[in-house]
Amino acid sequence: MAPIAPRSGDAVFANVERVNAELFTLTYGAIVRQLLTDLEEVEEVNKQLDQMGYNIGIRLIDEFLAKSNVSRCVDFKETAEVIAKVGFKMFLGVSASVTNWDADGTCCSLILEDNPLVDFVELPDTCQGLYYCNVLSGVIRGALEMVSMKTEVTWVRDMLRGDDAYELKVKLLKQVPEEYPYKDDE
Amino acid sequence: MASTGCFIIVSKNDIPIYEAEVGSAAKKEEAAHQHQFILHAALDIVQDLAWTTSAMFLKAVDRFNDLVVSVYVTAGHTRLMLLHDSRNEDGIKSFFQEVHELYVKILLNPLYLPGSRITSSHFDTKVRALARKYL
Repeated sequence: MAPIAPRSGDAVFANVERVNAELFTLTYGAIVRQLLTDLEEVEEVNKQLDQMGYNIGIRLIDEFLAKSNVSRCVDFKETAEVIAKVGFKMFLGVSASVTNWDADGTCCSLILEDNPLVDFVELPDTCQGLYYCNVLSGVIRGALEMVSMKTEVTWVRDMLRGDDAYELKVKLLKQVPEEYPYKDDE
Repeated sequence: MASTGCFIIVSKNDIPIYEAEVGSAAKKEEAAHQHQFILHAALDIVQDLAWTTSAMFLKAVDRFNDLVVSVYVTAGHTRLMLLHDSRNEDGIKSFFQEVHELYVKILLNPLYLPGSRITSSHFDTKVRALARKYL
């Protein structure tokens, strides 16, 4: 790892503009609430949240690269570390840990002990299938796609469903080689 | 300490959204119905009384034989009502204040619709624990 001057997640987090945590949590809550009312099906809400996350992710990656000065990662392992230690810290103020690597280093788990999105939330019986934080998986998927990595992000553990932590499984599907978007003759 | 107790939360639209028998006495169904009846009868008094004072805790507003109704009105006009036979006003006040805090947490849950029934089992356990502690 030899970036020019990579800034730590804490350093970036200290310099960005922040909003009140409760305002943030309640705003996100209001979005989920509204989606539940509009779409009715919990499955649809999960999909929609993921899509919203994706749309955030594909934009957020630019801001992330601009502010953090992180240089190109050598492998997926380093990518995962950067997401966990710098990415989460920079945008959510918490850091995650990376574990459960599989043998070929394409699949790992991001574990969040603390998650500002879910303060106050308790899942009622009517939305048991809801992945309340599904927006996060979308963000990671979108962001990685913009740096030419196709990934699949799924929730493994969710505190709202009674588990002891939040665990996101990130699986690298394929690395898309960079190429010019246009052919010469077009 | 308390042998009888019944605690309910009434939403601002006069719909009960949470009920719990908190006494240590043996539970009889008839008694539970009677308790609800007494509490509902006290609602009218609460309505008049609530606007005469700026305090949230209205103390004892009504009595029926040896049973006393104490009420706590939140800013959103949700009423926490407790039927009890003990004379421990400080304990009741602390009980109401802590339940109020729990209630605010429930309200902040984006998936809870204000005015709907409180089904959270976590809330239920906490309220019962508070009742054992203070009443």
